[in-house]
Amino acid sequence: MARIPGEGLAKGLAVTLKHMVRKSVTQQYPEVHPDLPPRSRGVIALVEENCTVCMLCARECPDWCIYIDSHKETLPAPEGGRPRARNVLDRFAIDFSLCMYCGICVEVCPFDALFWAPEFEYAEYDIRDLLHEKDRLGEWVESVPPPPPHEVGAEPPKEAAAAASRPARGPAGHTGGEPAGAEPAGPGRSRAEGAGGAGRSSETARPGAAAGSGPAEAAAVPGAAEAGAPTETSEAAAGTDQPGAEGGTRAAAGRAGADRGTRARREAPRGPAAIRAIRPPGALPQRPSAPGGPGPSETPETSRPPGPSETPESPEASGPPGAPEPPRPPEPSRPSEPSRPPEASGTAGPSGEAEREPAESPGADSADSTEGGPAGREAPARRESPRALRNVRSIRPPGSLPKKDAPPDQGGDA
Amino acid sequence: MVSEVLDIAVRLVVIVVVFLALPLVVGQMEHKAMAHMQSRLGPMYAGRFHGWAQLIADGVKFVQKEDVIPAAADRRVFALAPAVALVPYLVVLVVIPVGPGLFGVDLDAGLFFVLAVMGVGVLGAIMAGWASANKYSMLGGMRAAAQLVSYELPLVLAASSVAMAAGTLSLNGIVEQWRWWWLPWQAIGGVVFFVAGLAELRRPPFDMPIAESEIIMGPMTEYTGLRFALFMLAEYAGIVVLSALTTVLFLGGWHGPLLPGPVWTLLKVLALAFVVIWVRVSYPRLREDQLQKLAWVGLVPLALLQLALTGVVKLAL
Repeated sequence: MARIPGEGLAKGLAVTLKHMVRKSVTQQYPEVHPDLPPRSRGVIALVEENCTVCMLCARECPDWCIYIDSHKETLPAPEGGRPRARNVLDRFAIDFSLCMYCGICVEVCPFDALFWAPEFEYAEYDIRDLLHEKDRLGEWVESVPPPPPHEVGAEPPKEAAAAASRPARGPAGHTGGEPAGAEPAGPGRSRAEGAGGAGRSSETARPGAAAGSGPAEAAAVPGAAEAGAPTETSEAAAGTDQPGAEGGTRAAAGRAGADRGTRARREAPRGPAAIRAIRPPGALPQRPSAPGGPGPSETPETSRPPGPSETPESPEASGPPGAPEPPRPPEPSRPSEPSRPPEASGTAGPSGEAEREPAESPGADSADSTEGGPAGREAPARRESPRALRNVRSIRPPGSLPKKDAPPDQGGDA
Repeated sequence: MVSEVLDIAVRLVVIVVVFLALPLVVGQMEHKAMAHMQSRLGPMYAGRFHGWAQLIADGVKFVQKEDVIPAAADRRVFALAPAVALVPYLVVLVVIPVGPGLFGVDLDAGLFFVLAVMGVGVLGAIMAGWASANKYSMLGGMRAAAQLVSYELPLVLAASSVAMAAGTLSLNGIVEQWRWWWLPWQAIGGVVFFVAGLAELRRPPFDMPIAESEIIMGPMTEYTGLRFALFMLAEYAGIVVLSALTTVLFLGGWHGPLLPGPVWTLLKVLALAFVVIWVRVSYPRLREDQLQKLAWVGLVPLALLQLALTGVVKLAL
């Protein structure tokens, strides 16, 4: 191949000429905002409502640039059970002068509270001003882009599957497992107190009121507008008789269910909050069984009688247990008792008494308004807790956890 | 008498205005063309519309800067060097014909005058390199001198070929003699003249004297502010003068269909200026030995070939 002299020179000239005619690649940034891809790591946004102060992000952060302060608030159990503690987020700050944008916090957050936002114009003149508090982190949530759609033919997203399965269990969890539902939400707390106080005089009305307060919160979280109606109904129900109260709860529960269907993500924090009440998963259900050795399976039934008014609910309450029967075994499994005592040092004592009390004297609750009452409610609360747990599990690899639980239980039984 | 003086005055004013305006146009063209060749946008802010006022802004900036003269410098030579670099190009413009009858002065030995004065322009760089009391400046000055010596020969040979063809040294006369078939006839000479002229201007890819990656800025290393701006202006004025000379000698000056003569001259000058920029963007800098080799092994024989060709054809006609 004979090369024409000057061929390379001509080629060089052709290249530059081609580039001159082509569109230049310059981004006129301050005038024209860059078109960033949806997964741009600009800044970390915080959805404050979703945060449960689990501290996972702060612990996993390689730079230790996340600062979280919180305090515990105890809520009197709506149904007259043991007062529940929940974490309230006081401060959530990220020091972007330390952050290396690894995204581990976003990945590790189990409750969808942290997101990448494509915002990047937050430079400061002083490095100390790069410490951004939760209000500033919350502002960035608005710029979080919707997740990119799945590829055609891809598996349906896990979240969608979880959302589809949740509504079926959700309402049951709320009506049957009131305590689990009653705990988390902030706005409903005061109402639950009020309802509990009102209902304490008439025990029969209490469950209904509590049931009302649960869904009321469910509605209160998504929208304040909806919050008004359910609370009124629940308060009214607390004052009057149960059928009305239950009607209110039904309506509220229905509404909550509808909400759940539409905003599955909003609902998410609820499940996790309920988990916290259960803390060591799989362990708590056994707690009632530990002291009430003779009748572990009976205690729930004995504790239920105090609320004969629950009869309309009981089908629902018993309905879910029917479905999730397999996970129930944890209750009868006693062999794991030894592990319990250290944990249950503070709470197990009262709860143990409480369980016996309702079993022996259902009426004693009213006399022991402070101690016995709430404790008496605890038994069903705990019994119900596995159900809430199951809700949570449906978020994770579905179906895997019950299996995991089952083998130890069987081993224990064996 | 008065009308003569007025005539000369008007011509000089026009020449000075052109001398000040055209280098800016070329400079702006270089900014934008080079930017787009590199897939950039170039200046976009100064003057609001695509940075048309960028060079004016640059000039204002240069004026504001401190005028630093190194303590060890030969002060008078140092201060004089930018003027020596710039003025010759202004003087050359005087004799370049723009259209029929449109020229500053019609010298009989116009071509000789032009080549001689352009050689003086290089002296500015040598003076600057010597006077700066800086080793890099010194190296740059020596390189500029070596380049001048090497490339002056093919430049003069190529130009003499045209003078032979036209039978005159007057630039005006050369353009009047020009016929379209001179284009292929003098093509080799034209290329040699243009390339040698580029080297004389120390434009990339022949910018070994100011190779910033090895000797900072060559002779201009110690220059700041307005003096540095004058050097830059001299460079762009040099581009204008070289393009104008190539136009006049090899491309037929004002000859061209449809459009009036001066417009043709201007178009050709700007096209050649674009080529200067284009070549600058496209090619990497030649090494010092490649630079010398190109002159002595490439351009001088080619210029001699052109000279022979011109002589043969001239005799045959």
